Amino acid sequence: MALRKVKGNLERMFDKNLTDLVRGIRNNKDNEAKYIAQCIEEIKQELRQDNIAVKSNAVAKLTYLQMLGYDISWAGFNIIEVMSSSKFTYKRIGYLASSQSFHADTELLMLTTNMIRKDLNSQNLYDAGLALSGLSCFISADLSRDLANDIMTLLTSTKPYLRKKAVLMMYKVFLKFPEALRPAFPRLKEKLEDPDSGVQSAAVNVVCELARKNPKNYLSLAPVFFKLMTTSTNNWMLIKIIKLFGALTPLEPRLGKKLIEPLTNLIHSTSAMSLLYECINTVIAVLISISSGMPNHSASIQLCVQKLRILIEDSDQNLKYLGLLAMSKILKTHPKSVQAHKDLIMQCLDDKDESIRLRALDLLYGMVSKKNLMEIVKKLMVHMDKAEGTTYRDELLSKIIQICSQNNYQYITNFEWYVSVLVELTRMEGSQHGHLVATQMLDVAIRVQAIRHFTVQQMALLLDNVHFLTSGSAQSSTMAEVLYAAAWICGEFAEHLSEPQATLEAMLRSRVFALPGHIQAVYVQNILKLFANILTKAEENQDVDGINKLCEIVAANMPQFVSSADLEVQERASSALQLVQYLQKQVNKGDFGLASEVSALFVGELNPVAPKAQKKVQIPEGLDLDAWINDPPSESSEEDDDDDSAAVLRGINTTDIFVKSDRIVDGYYGLNNKSDKTPEPTEEELEMRRTARKLEQANNPHYLKSRANTKVKNDLNKNLSEDFFDVPVAEIELPVSLKVTGLASPDSYLNLDKRNKTQKKKKKKGKKERDASTDEEDDSYPLHVVNTDIGEMPEGAQLSDDDEDGDSRPNDDPHKALDINLDEPLRDEEKLPIRTHHLPDPVNHIIKSKKKHHKEKDKNKDRKERSKEHRKLKSKSKNKDRNPIEDEKLHGGDNLDLWLGHDPSGYQPVTSDGEKQAMTSEKLPTNSSRSEKGAGESVGSLGKSSKKEKKRSKELKKEKKSSLKMKEGYEEAAGISTPSKEVISDLQGQGLADLQGHSLPSDLPVDPPGGLPHVVTSYTKFAGDKTLQMMYECRLLPQESNQIVLSVLLSNQSQSLVKELDFSVCDTLAIKLIRGDCGNQYGIKLHFQLSPGSTSEAQFAFEVSDVTQPQKLRGTLTYIIEMSDGIASHEKLDFSLLLPCSSFMIGRLPHRDTVTDLLRGGQLTHRNSFAVSPVNRDFSQVLSLVCFRSHFTLVEQVEKTASLYSRSLLGHHVCLLLKADPSSSQISVDGKSNCESLLAALMGELRGFLQVPPA
Amino acid sequence: MIKAILVFNNHGKPRMSKFYQYFNEDMQQQIIKETFQLVSKRDDNVCNFLEGGSLIGGSDYKLIYRHYATLYFVFCVDSSESELGILDLIQVFVETLDKCFENVCELDLIFHVDKVHYILNELVMGGMVLETNMTEILTRIEDQNKLEKQEAGLAGAPARAVSAVKSINIPQQIKDIKLPDLPQAIKDLKF
Repeated sequence: MALRKVKGNLERMFDKNLTDLVRGIRNNKDNEAKYIAQCIEEIKQELRQDNIAVKSNAVAKLTYLQMLGYDISWAGFNIIEVMSSSKFTYKRIGYLASSQSFHADTELLMLTTNMIRKDLNSQNLYDAGLALSGLSCFISADLSRDLANDIMTLLTSTKPYLRKKAVLMMYKVFLKFPEALRPAFPRLKEKLEDPDSGVQSAAVNVVCELARKNPKNYLSLAPVFFKLMTTSTNNWMLIKIIKLFGALTPLEPRLGKKLIEPLTNLIHSTSAMSLLYECINTVIAVLISISSGMPNHSASIQLCVQKLRILIEDSDQNLKYLGLLAMSKILKTHPKSVQAHKDLIMQCLDDKDESIRLRALDLLYGMVSKKNLMEIVKKLMVHMDKAEGTTYRDELLSKIIQICSQNNYQYITNFEWYVSVLVELTRMEGSQHGHLVATQMLDVAIRVQAIRHFTVQQMALLLDNVHFLTSGSAQSSTMAEVLYAAAWICGEFAEHLSEPQATLEAMLRSRVFALPGHIQAVYVQNILKLFANILTKAEENQDVDGINKLCEIVAANMPQFVSSADLEVQERASSALQLVQYLQKQVNKGDFGLASEVSALFVGELNPVAPKAQKKVQIPEGLDLDAWINDPPSESSEEDDDDDSAAVLRGINTTDIFVKSDRIVDGYYGLNNKSDKTPEPTEEELEMRRTARKLEQANNPHYLKSRANTKVKNDLNKNLSEDFFDVPVAEIELPVSLKVTGLASPDSYLNLDKRNKTQKKKKKKGKKERDASTDEEDDSYPLHVVNTDIGEMPEGAQLSDDDEDGDSRPNDDPHKALDINLDEPLRDEEKLPIRTHHLPDPVNHIIKSKKKHHKEKDKNKDRKERSKEHRKLKSKSKNKDRNPIEDEKLHGGDNLDLWLGHDPSGYQPVTSDGEKQAMTSEKLPTNSSRSEKGAGESVGSLGKSSKKEKKRSKELKKEKKSSLKMKEGYEEAAGISTPSKEVISDLQGQGLADLQGHSLPSDLPVDPPGGLPHVVTSYTKFAGDKTLQMMYECRLLPQESNQIVLSVLLSNQSQSLVKELDFSVCDTLAIKLIRGDCGNQYGIKLHFQLSPGSTSEAQFAFEVSDVTQPQKLRGTLTYIIEMSDGIASHEKLDFSLLLPCSSFMIGRLPHRDTVTDLLRGGQLTHRNSFAVSPVNRDFSQVLSLVCFRSHFTLVEQVEKTASLYSRSLLGHHVCLLLKADPSSSQISVDGKSNCESLLAALMGELRGFLQVPPA
Repeated sequence: MIKAILVFNNHGKPRMSKFYQYFNEDMQQQIIKETFQLVSKRDDNVCNFLEGGSLIGGSDYKLIYRHYATLYFVFCVDSSESELGILDLIQVFVETLDKCFENVCELDLIFHVDKVHYILNELVMGGMVLETNMTEILTRIEDQNKLEKQEAGLAGAPARAVSAVKSINIPQQIKDIKLPDLPQAIKDLKF
């Protein structure tokens, strides 16, 4: 062995280390891949050795290779080995490798839980630090659940280094395991005031991250942060806090008001640019949030803008950039104050730095006015010419369109200019915004009727010069999209074309096959439109030759479309072709008058439709979207087992395909439209609305009328627009740069504009500047009417913005789960999962298997009952916690209000009252939904034992309910199927069921109507002192053959906090506490605290090896009681509790015949009997009492005779025969069992409680 | 939150990469490549921020970088970080490297990428800023190095000797020497 070790050491010396590897890679630049492959082989060899030093060397090399892009996940196991080394050197290498290559989905992570826990709890500060750093990179949901407690413990470490890391780590835990947030939050809050500034800063960091995504939950922390902000000098922390306030102010305008002053002070005083910048940012956020209520903040805005100007003028490009960024935020609410700095921003447009130019562009949006739009756009166009082949050029293009089209072209005075700008933009090569330009063209052509004539002519020119758009260099761009718009506009408004024939030919002869399919389709359709237009004219002139020629041209060129690769083009083209050929034939026969019919194909104006119109379409009367169109699918198909469903699937594939798919669609609609029902208007109402609407439309000049009205409208427009059509295009001197004759250049309009201006100036001088109001200038521009209608909507519907979903975050955003109310005090069941007491979960199992059988039948019932259960749990927790919750909440709310209300300037929030109301009413639902969620959540977050409890009570409840409601079919539910449907209910439920018919015995804990499950009320007190009361209840786990669960209610009756409870019992031979795998010999630590007056539940599982005798448990509960004056004292509470035999009995009857078989088979050899005269009880009450207290099941009852059955945990059978003797009013009890001592003990018990009169 | 920290040289060779969000290795290389292309074409006298690339982040993310001699230090951060703050952090990082390596140059990063990681781990943890005070950072690094030295002790001596020998440029053959396997008889001996 020693020899081998020596050899290993020697060999190791000659292994490549990391440096050798790096050097080797550098020396083998030519065949790097080969060299690395060879190295990886060596590494694999090294990993196979036992020597940890060799291994860690190999892992270190792997980490380097990972950086170069090599996947090293195959070595995951070796990495874990190295991580688990006891030496810091190796451990560090291991953790580095894992942090680089592991991620939350790495399956190996489950191997690391215990190792990481060990490291976290290590004595060595740096081991723990290492573990935290590593964990932060690859933590998974499982790890965070399992390690949350350990990390929580580190929050209170004595070493600031660890506290700091643990605080940051908690954030990662919250992301993966949101349930940890509420239990951990109080401690996190404490860390905000940690003595160590590093820890403090880390805590601020974490809260900021949390609050950024869900700010409303952190409003209550505002006072703490405010204090920190005014006292701290740590710039890092200040920046974070100020950023946080920026996120909080929109929710609470009063907070903003309070912040202004200290922030302004900071702005004046700080020398750190980063802090200054963040202060300005937050002041801006504050100003935005209170801009409505507070008119008088021009001073603050002025200050901000001033400071920003200083930043922008700075020679440091970074400050310039940030200054512009902040400026754009002000722009949204206070455009005026930014506009004052237009010069500066225009200057930035010429900056050499692209980022800065982009930011300046953003600002331009708010800078434009009717006066300077043309000038600015011209400048941008010049920039575009310079910026060939960059994304910046695209950015410029979209910005030009954005600037021009904002607010329905608010700033455009001359649309001819704009159309020519758009045409000019189509010449920008390599642009990705072709679609945008095309949309603009369509939009302008449709909305601005007056400009149509000009637009159409420009588009015709575009169509005539297709080669510009489709030529080689333009291949990569999307500018060809423009042809889509051009073709459509020319076709739709063909009456404006001066030479329709030429345009038609241009469209026919272009190399269309190079264009995308959808454009070709538009071509075909609009060729037909043009054709119809020309045909009509030719027919008027009786020009048969012309018609023939026309038809021939079209027919000759259409085949290129017919052979298009695009299906739709093919289809349209062939029908068009047929149509044209038919027409030609008819015309040649001398059959005129067809032209009008052809043009009738394209009659009707296309009006814009509002974006949300489709959603708003009301459901017509008499249409029930929830009704089945076909017969609903039969129940049986879903009840089928897996095999059958496979058969059904096959069926779908072969025969049923249409029917089935219909059903799916039915289901879909049924699901989606349930909530959409609105009261339907009657016929008269509809008619009234219609006429009213028509009247309104007629009076609305902006409304696009249908055909019937357009003629009048057009005439009107002509009259209106004739004044400005006399700005003839031909008269503008054409600049040389224009490549296509006839295409208007935007520059010409600029010149025109200037001319106008100079004229105006002259005029003004003449007027002696009487008319000083500058806005009046506009009236000399041609007035183009823009149709700014939002588009058509269904009758009665309104365009509203609330259609969007409230939470736009994607579903996988982990922060969505962290939207948790933190002001509410912790509930008892909310605690971090404790490793020590994990139990298998048999109940859950049963429920699952049960569901499988009863899926269909129980589904609805199940759901109902579950929700009931939730409600009950809720009411239960409410009853328990209500006072503290409300106190706390009021307290917290008051604090914030008080703090905010304390306002030196006496500022009264405008909507103070209404707002508060809104806030509270908003809070309430969150609370209730929260507690509801909590009930559900507790299943996940508690130790598993209490999950079991919940499920179990749920199950009990369910069983009881179902036995009350319907007796049939329950046996199946127990997991055993039987052909016989005549069934006896199991458990004690039957007893209760019978009871319903009789008067209730008063000593029996029975559910109050709709009340709590009876498990809650059957707690018995077994120990207590002046501080604590202990109650217990025994429960069975139906599938666990030898375990019982002891549920202990601890209630704190003192006025002090009780904590660090530790529950320990002495194990006996027969009964043992299951302590989990923690190896603790003694007690179980309870991970909750008891605030004064609160009650909490803990559950302990015991393993039972002897059920034939009553068992006595002795134990101790130790706890620390913390007095209000801060003194804590250790207390001890001894207890003993007697578990009678009946607590080990399972009152479930596997099958009715069991009892008969047992009795007949002669297994039950032991007998025992007694007679008792029960005081004040009739027979049925006795029966239910026996069922309930001793866990028996009623097998059969004939008048005053009943047989009962029960079974022990370990499988002993007990049968009872109860007989009431009417003459003596005595009840005789006969028992039979295969265990004598058990029977004797049970009979003793029965006798005991039957003799006690009801209380 | 910091999403990624990348260090690469003027030719785009990665010298250190740390991703605080999972990307597979191919994606990581692509991100480094894209980031390099974005950053390298910028002049030295333009601002140090640029909108994130298409691969990493999105609109909420920014690349904040500094260029020192032959190396680019790039941080990809979201809007919760202060731009100027991160610039300061890069400065702190580089200064710490300078202290630890005594006049840091690219070669130090090439051969000691592990140490660079250890240093970075004292500044940033899981994408959040852990410490910005340089003295504190240096103490922590110093402490851990001491710990490592203690552990190495005597056992580390031969390894150090060998690496010293290796550092002298001896021919490759010697470096590749492997001891022959021990004779089977010796291996089977039971002690």
